[in-house]
Amino acid sequence: MMKKLLLASALTSVAATSAMAEIKVGILHSLSGTMAISETTLKDTMLMLIEQQNAKGGVNGEMLVPVVVDPASDWPLFAEKARELISVENVDVIFGNWTSVSRKSVLPVIEELNGLLFYPVQYEGEESSKNVFYTGAAPNQQAIPATDYFLEELGVEKFALLGTDYVYPRTTNKILEQYLQDKGIASEDIFVNYTPFGHSDWSKIVSDVVALGADGKKVGVISTINGDANIGFYKELAAAGVSADDIPVVAFSVGEEELAGLDTTNLVGHLAAWNYFQSAEGEANAEFIKTWKAKMGEDRVTNDPMEAHYIGFNMWVNAATEAGTTDVDAVREKMYGQKFPNLTGGMAEMLPNHHLAKPVLIGEIQDNGQFDIISQTAEVPGDAWTDFLPESAVLKSDWKDLDCGMYNTETNSCVQVKSNY
Amino acid sequence: MLRVICALLLALFFIAPAYGQNAFQDLVQTHAPQIIKGSVKTAPAVIADIQATKSPAATTFLQNWQSKDLWYRRADDLIVTVTTDDNKTYTLLGLADQSVIGTAQKSEIKQIKPNSGLRGLLGTALVGAQLASDDLTTRRSSLESLARDPAPEHLAPLRAALNAETDADLRAKMLRLERLLTLQYDTDTDERVAAINGFAGDLGLDVRARLNPLLDTRLQLSQTPPAAGTFARMITPANDETLSVTDAYAMLVAKGWASADISSDDKRKTLIVNIENGTVGGVDIADLNTDENRDVAYAALVDAGIAPIDVSDADIVSAVETAYFYDTYIEQSPAVIAAAQTALKRINTKVAISQTVDLFLDGLSLASIFFLAAIGLAITFGVMRVINMAHGEFIMMGAYTGFVVQQVITNYTLSIIIAIPAAFAVTFAAGVAMERLIIRHLYHRPLETLLATFGVSIALQQLAKNIFGTQARPLTSPDWLGGAWQINDVIAISWIRVAIFVLSILFFLMLWFTLNKTRLGLETRAVTQNPRMAASMGINPDKINMLTFGLGSGIAGIAGVAIGLFAKVTSELGSDYIVQSFMTVVVGGVGNIWGTLAGAAMIGFLQKGIEWMNPSNTLAAQTFMIIFIIIFIQFRPRGIIALKGRAAGD
Amino acid sequence: MQGPLGKFMLKHPSTLVFLGLLSLFTIIVTIGSEAFGYGFVSTSFVKTLGKTLCFCLIAIAMDLVWGYCGILSLGHFAFFGLGGYMIGMWLMYERTRLIVVNAAENAQIPMTHQEIQDAIGTQIFGVVGGSDFPLVWAFSHLFWVQLALVVLVPGILALIFGWLAFRSRVTGVYLSILTQAMTLALALYLFQNDSGLRGNNGLSGLQNLPGLESTDQSLISMWFFWASAFALGLGYLLVKLIVESKLGNVVRAIRDDEARVRFLGYNVEVYKLFIFTLTAVIAAIAGALYYPQAGIINPAEIAPIASIYLAVWVAIGGRGRIYGAVIGAAVVSLLSSWFTGGQAPDISLGFYTIKWVDWWLVLLGISFVIVTLYVPKGIGGLFDKFTKGAEQ
Repeated sequence: MMKKLLLASALTSVAATSAMAEIKVGILHSLSGTMAISETTLKDTMLMLIEQQNAKGGVNGEMLVPVVVDPASDWPLFAEKARELISVENVDVIFGNWTSVSRKSVLPVIEELNGLLFYPVQYEGEESSKNVFYTGAAPNQQAIPATDYFLEELGVEKFALLGTDYVYPRTTNKILEQYLQDKGIASEDIFVNYTPFGHSDWSKIVSDVVALGADGKKVGVISTINGDANIGFYKELAAAGVSADDIPVVAFSVGEEELAGLDTTNLVGHLAAWNYFQSAEGEANAEFIKTWKAKMGEDRVTNDPMEAHYIGFNMWVNAATEAGTTDVDAVREKMYGQKFPNLTGGMAEMLPNHHLAKPVLIGEIQDNGQFDIISQTAEVPGDAWTDFLPESAVLKSDWKDLDCGMYNTETNSCVQVKSNY
Repeated sequence: MLRVICALLLALFFIAPAYGQNAFQDLVQTHAPQIIKGSVKTAPAVIADIQATKSPAATTFLQNWQSKDLWYRRADDLIVTVTTDDNKTYTLLGLADQSVIGTAQKSEIKQIKPNSGLRGLLGTALVGAQLASDDLTTRRSSLESLARDPAPEHLAPLRAALNAETDADLRAKMLRLERLLTLQYDTDTDERVAAINGFAGDLGLDVRARLNPLLDTRLQLSQTPPAAGTFARMITPANDETLSVTDAYAMLVAKGWASADISSDDKRKTLIVNIENGTVGGVDIADLNTDENRDVAYAALVDAGIAPIDVSDADIVSAVETAYFYDTYIEQSPAVIAAAQTALKRINTKVAISQTVDLFLDGLSLASIFFLAAIGLAITFGVMRVINMAHGEFIMMGAYTGFVVQQVITNYTLSIIIAIPAAFAVTFAAGVAMERLIIRHLYHRPLETLLATFGVSIALQQLAKNIFGTQARPLTSPDWLGGAWQINDVIAISWIRVAIFVLSILFFLMLWFTLNKTRLGLETRAVTQNPRMAASMGINPDKINMLTFGLGSGIAGIAGVAIGLFAKVTSELGSDYIVQSFMTVVVGGVGNIWGTLAGAAMIGFLQKGIEWMNPSNTLAAQTFMIIFIIIFIQFRPRGIIALKGRAAGD
Repeated sequence: MQGPLGKFMLKHPSTLVFLGLLSLFTIIVTIGSEAFGYGFVSTSFVKTLGKTLCFCLIAIAMDLVWGYCGILSLGHFAFFGLGGYMIGMWLMYERTRLIVVNAAENAQIPMTHQEIQDAIGTQIFGVVGGSDFPLVWAFSHLFWVQLALVVLVPGILALIFGWLAFRSRVTGVYLSILTQAMTLALALYLFQNDSGLRGNNGLSGLQNLPGLESTDQSLISMWFFWASAFALGLGYLLVKLIVESKLGNVVRAIRDDEARVRFLGYNVEVYKLFIFTLTAVIAAIAGALYYPQAGIINPAEIAPIASIYLAVWVAIGGRGRIYGAVIGAAVVSLLSSWFTGGQAPDISLGFYTIKWVDWWLVLLGISFVIVTLYVPKGIGGLFDKFTKGAEQ
């Protein structure tokens, strides 16, 4: 058996060498396991984008060939599949990952083999790898503007930071706690709670949050609750009769896709902060939604990470066209300063710290499962290292001029070239 | 739309001649950018300006703004209201008199969407007008928005409205709010004290939200002992949780009463700045890798007058000790403070009792969920001793059945009524099929049943993914199950949880009856204890096993509908509950549904109890609960309620 | 063949065959590797094979405890994971320390010991919002201590758990559920951010050996492959020695009728405890070799499902025959990764296309039912028919 497999693998590697004439695009999204819920959509988005690009004649006269693998929501498997994609399949670029753990799992492999990864999801920041372009939001492009909105527009004086127990909520909440304290919110007015993935027993937590209002201050919830757990949370919130006018909830991980699993009549007015909403008006967005629905079905929705892939992919295509090759280093050089129109209007720009400048949108949930955009900022440049934690404030990332992702501006030296995993 | 037409008619009749046709529109246009952008920061000025016109159009305008009925033309920022018949072509209406200005395509105009903070602000601005409205709904919603964000100047219109109110229910609410505003804003101390005393023992959240701020304190420091008056308490930073010595010292520094403490980081920076020829203050750079050497070098810099002197820890402590730190009440009236303290003391006792009751209800609810998930297992595993790892997937199948039924029948109440028997039928059939095809062949090999049913479990889970996709699917409860049973502002339990509790009790009674009082139950127990003997007594063990297993599976299906209603429907729904369900049965005692009840109660209450002790960590609660169960089994290996005699044999 | 071991080998030629095949396999892979040979075995495949060997090792342990001793443990992956965590702590600490020390060379004045510790702490625990070293990291800077902990921590956990469970005569499916609860409790504990082991993130970047940054992964992967093969050979030999000894007879007797063995005067609990703990240690060693190849360990690895899969491997391979466990683990885990990897061609039925990514688990589940029902001896059982007699 093993020998047979050995042979099979030997054959595939031979096949891979002879097929070098095309441009291979790796797609590293979980198609099974817990994350398949979110990631399958992104795989389909990529296939759609590649199809569209091939219809336009491919890149540099060559057709794009998608190579889809399934890391099955298993973090070590992400590393294994990434290695396979780069060293066996010889892909020129990878679009993939959703969770931070999976990204941290893939990082050492990508950096070792000098691959190129486009990561499309909002994340906790505090990272800038030479081989990764972060097309999702950094905390200052999502969490901070949303918190400002709470403070300035809604007059929230007491904060409940609810999150799923993993790195993104932990780091985001750490930044937010510091930020709120800097804004004059006392630490006893910040209530933090973490629940496990898929948590469903929310009654106690919701009643705790309601009870926060006992001292007469306006309470707001900042939710970094992930995935399925949101459904139980919002159901309990609706059951407790908490209206968005009494206790507004702003979520960073709830998009159109998540709302599809819910009856939203009781959630009208609660908020989400993203860089994209399906309800954004504009021709490019209408076109994008139309193509997506034609491909996947009328009832499917579009969401923020899909737009991130849309921007990332198009920037990569343009950079590869400018460079005349898909060689990783050549493309990376051309990526800096790449501009591409957002689906929500305005221009996204790739910065030397591998993050995008994108507008921040805040939307209110409507009863049809869509968002009503009530606030849209100008483009905010993504910040790899947050300004609100003292140990990160001194760091900056500039791969264009400084060739360093973790540059200490105090000592004027590069702390390290490779990332922390 | 009706409202727009009404407003139009109104405007036709009542246009104030003093304010000309376009004067109002022009006024609005001067604020157009702020209105379109819609921020709480700029809006108050705009609202004040518009209200100053005192024209009826102003109120209509503010109402339209609040209800997202304003639009603007992209080309010139002209603010209008609109009517449309087809959502493509829009007729634009002027603000002052609702006169037709023109038409526009959808792409030429844009809706103005104020955020909820701004909508609240508009609501408060409209309070005077709306509280006096003839429409009951308007008065009610106006009262609600007033309760959210009251100001001292609202007391007068509220009292006026109170006197005029005819609706008893609304009047009671108004009176309550009036009392609350009185205790907070009235100028007469006696009135306030009376209002406070009126709320003694009322644990409403709104009452506490008004009373607690009366006792807000401000941290003060002085070099002389504090005066009485509004003094609340002394603070000794050395042994006080609210103020650390470091923070206290920082306050002294801020006042200018002490010199700043030099942090080790600042010290390091100072050293770096003063490097000369590879040494600092006479110490070689290479030797600066210990704190002692750095202190020596820094001391040399201080001696040379280059660096500010460092404060020692002892200095900090003594400086803090010599100053007075204390809290004072922000509220100035001692009588109000005393009344608030007394009232809150009583309220807080009540709140504490209510919280205990609420915790108990939470525990009860969790226990009934565990019981519901485990009760099917109590039959298949508890009575028949079949380890069915696919039990969780039967729960999931039940939930998906509910989802499918809801796709066909859109009436939520009807769909739930149909979904419950449908789920039972589906999982009963699945259970019977599994029993006939797999479990029948493995009755003497319990460990292998475990493995085979696990195979079924992963196959079913993946099948569900292939059929229904990986997204969570909605299973919506009917409206009458939607809200919560609000006993008071602390004790509340959602109706769906109450329903689950009732359902578990029903199941329990039904199963207890079936197993103990019916022929099927008797035969089931006979077959489980000794199949051969049972067979010789004329019982068909094959049939009995099949029916019993089907019954257990069918109940799992109904549990699935209930769990799907309160949580979510995904393919992983079942695996979330499987381990807990097994532990419920094992802890309770196998072979006895009383045991399952006891097990579920113990696990449910225990988990809530641990969560209560360690509120921000649900995961830890689950871990400790499992460890507790492992230890518990040491002492009662056969569970809480153990069977005695031969039936208990392995 | 000389000495007692030689005699043992001659008496049980299957051992010799197994070790021979394992050596042959190792040599073929070495010749094919990118580092030492013709390069037709890619580095990523070497890693896959090395990890598969670790799975085979834990499957042997599972076979000993279940197939021979009759304890269906659904928690052995907890020990596997703990072994990985223990070695991972050192790998992570040391790698980070080297990075910090390197970076410190640019600083104008040298860092104090405390500053270095703080910097390492911030780098390791930054992702979970902390910077202080939790108590469990007390020995992470000492390679040899951490290496000893690979064996000690899981061993002691197994000893305590086993002692509690066997003492109160928890047997059969109850014990299975209890072991499942144990691994679930451990997984949930580690999932917490405050557990001190980086919560859901786990320990990552383990494939980068400290001080060997410039060494190519193709070389490192071969070292681990050899180590895994060596450990598997050794484990096989050890387990074979045990099952063929008098101890092995008692253990098998316990599986078949525990009460009778107890009445014969044997202290059944001690035997069971010994086997349980020994297999936990073997599992831990397998884990310590596995995770540096996988690159990351996190609590999801020790979720109950992993241990159930382990039982599946052994059942499909064939219980009570050690090579059966090896075959089961290798075949099922390699097939799994092949089918879910997207390499398997989809089958088009005209009206429906079977995508293996979607249908592999269904197939695995069903085949598992079929094996339990109709081939209770597993693949190894089929194997037996041909080799019968060779053993005697």
